[in-house]
Amino acid sequence: MARRKYKGIDHLSSVDRVVVTLMVVVPTLLVLWLVWLPAVGSVLLSFTNWDGIGPISSAKVIGLKNYHDVVTIYPPFWPAVQHNLIWLGVLFLIATPFGLFLAVLLDRELRGSRVYQTAIYLPVVLSLALVGFIWQLIYSRDQGLINQVTGGTIDWYGDQRYNLWAALLAASWRHVGYIMLLYLAGLKGVDPTLREAAKVDGANERTTFFRVVFPVMAPINAIVLVVTVIESLRAFDLVWVINKGRNGLELISTLVTSNIVGEASRIGFGSAMATMMLLISSVFVAIYLRYTFKEQR
Amino acid sequence: MTRPTSEAEYLASLVPASVRGVSRRTLLRGALGAGTLLAAPSLLAACGGSGGSTSTGSASGTVTVGSNQSDAVPKAAIQAVMDAFHKANSGITTKINTIDHNSFQENINNYLQGSPDDVWMWFSGYRMRFFASKGLAGDVSDVWKNLAGMSDALKKASTGDDGKQYFVPSTYYPWAMFYRKSVFQKYGYTEPKTLDEFKTLGAQMKKDGLVPIAFGDKDGWPAMGTFDQLNLRVNGYQFHVDLMAGKEAWNGDKVKKVFDTWAGLLDLHQPDALGRTWQEAAQTLQQKKAGTYLLGSFVAQQFSKGAEQDDLTFFNFPEVDSTIGADAIEAPIDGYMMAKRPKNEAGAKKLLGYVGSADAQNIVVKADPSVIATNDKADQASYTALQKKSVEFVSQAKSIAQFMDRDTRPDFASTVMIPAIQSFLKNPKDIDGLCNSIENQKKSIFSS
Repeated sequence: MARRKYKGIDHLSSVDRVVVTLMVVVPTLLVLWLVWLPAVGSVLLSFTNWDGIGPISSAKVIGLKNYHDVVTIYPPFWPAVQHNLIWLGVLFLIATPFGLFLAVLLDRELRGSRVYQTAIYLPVVLSLALVGFIWQLIYSRDQGLINQVTGGTIDWYGDQRYNLWAALLAASWRHVGYIMLLYLAGLKGVDPTLREAAKVDGANERTTFFRVVFPVMAPINAIVLVVTVIESLRAFDLVWVINKGRNGLELISTLVTSNIVGEASRIGFGSAMATMMLLISSVFVAIYLRYTFKEQR
Repeated sequence: MTRPTSEAEYLASLVPASVRGVSRRTLLRGALGAGTLLAAPSLLAACGGSGGSTSTGSASGTVTVGSNQSDAVPKAAIQAVMDAFHKANSGITTKINTIDHNSFQENINNYLQGSPDDVWMWFSGYRMRFFASKGLAGDVSDVWKNLAGMSDALKKASTGDDGKQYFVPSTYYPWAMFYRKSVFQKYGYTEPKTLDEFKTLGAQMKKDGLVPIAFGDKDGWPAMGTFDQLNLRVNGYQFHVDLMAGKEAWNGDKVKKVFDTWAGLLDLHQPDALGRTWQEAAQTLQQKKAGTYLLGSFVAQQFSKGAEQDDLTFFNFPEVDSTIGADAIEAPIDGYMMAKRPKNEAGAKKLLGYVGSADAQNIVVKADPSVIATNDKADQASYTALQKKSVEFVSQAKSIAQFMDRDTRPDFASTVMIPAIQSFLKNPKDIDGLCNSIENQKKSIFSS
């Protein structure tokens, strides 16, 4: 029987070393090639007017003209920024707290909580495109459920005063279930002795939650926050399925897509908007990273 | 079995052999092997694909066809055409790649720059000339030498900027004001010839409880048809063509007049159009709730075959300015183009000659009676009443436009005009601001 004495990590055999190197290098190359290279490429292309045909070298560099055009003469841009912020606000201030509330309620293990959990979580397994279609059947002006039942003629998806809120309701319907599940999982992990101690001290339900449970759930809170921000910046599928992001449903993501993908092929122009989206997201990412690293110290 | 000399060895001896057998190394080796097995077929395919081309002098082998006719009825029609072609030319087989209509258009840039099919379906107009000038389409002038039955207007619509032909027309369909004969008969309406007559008719329709003009602009492009018709009537064909080509100003008085005229007609249009698709608007016409509908003759697809489609007819968009008249119409042409470097050029050209012929077009128009054949030798005896009227309508027109999103740059049409027209429909009062905005964006796009 051959005896292999364990010599420690610095003394790996050469085969092992090759394997470890490959395991690090191959994924890194993939990430560089599929994520970093296109991202840098997008930023560089935003300074050109490439139309997608022919080699990239045929693109003419036009400096900041795309950015200038986006913020001055492109009518859908500022409404899109506004809508993205509204989306973030609603998800952050209404949908996420409501998900938290439902999680806290379901944590009490009432009768039938399993059924409620499944029912509330079910929209999460549906893709946003399907969600858009389902709600289309409810919101349609001539043939939808709401107008059939109430007899009204409000054009939920077509009237720009209402359609953003209609879309947000559909998106929140899904988002609430997602947050509820994350939070419920976190709540199950809270030490019950903490709650007992609070009860012994005479705290009621509300005080127990806000003063004892919520601070202990800090890591889960951070995750929930990140998920909310990502979902709101990423909002695209639902709005695209409704009306390709026009007429009151403009979002930066839909503007980027409608400019780059398809016949329009305004690659430089779309890349400028995509770069702006990257910068906005980076602000949130920077805040989050600062919070995490500060914690670890 | 020797006694273990260290704790590590003792613990290792406790692990059963079946588990110990799978060490980290064997697992990695297995994963590598499985990965190679999965990747191998795609690698082999990549190697094999490029070696299979046959550049033949005589017409034989396989011709690949890229088709965007993804709906059931047109798809069957194309299959029938290709089967008939194979019957007539037994040496050549065709392979049809059907792609969803919208996806085909959206991916056209990548498709053409990759390895497109030998023959692919497309539309005439600016977009055809655009691809020809970028070197993405094959020259089919020699197919045109033997193509009989195509009018000069069609030949002109198939010619690129360099004077060579790049397109073979197959079918087309006119845009007009569609209505149901039974509804007009019931209320005693007559077809209006001028805009004033039309406004009077519209007021009467409202009194009778009908929506005068059905309208659905959720997809953004249907309203372009209304703009085009009004521009052709208010300013004439040449101005329209120049405007589409970016040579005229959008914030000049002429364009403002078009929007003003349109604003005057908005009370006759179906309200809340931005939440309604064209199919829903067509259903309003079909349900006899609307009086007229400005659309292409494909509106007939929303009516059932037989009596309902026979009840459908149309009149030309009324004239606005008597010095300009109403002899300019819109009739987008669909057809085929050839790849720049087809794998089977002789076969592709033979196929193109066939699809441009009357025999092939007879098959298509029989299967889809909402379109008409471009070849004037096509059998018109079996045309429905609507098709016969369409033929007459198109042949008496002096000038034919293609439609805004085919006559102008696609990036201008989709990223500028769609939002602009939708904002006009929401707020028809600020025409100056709208026109200035369009002009600024047009200058930026057309100068790039």
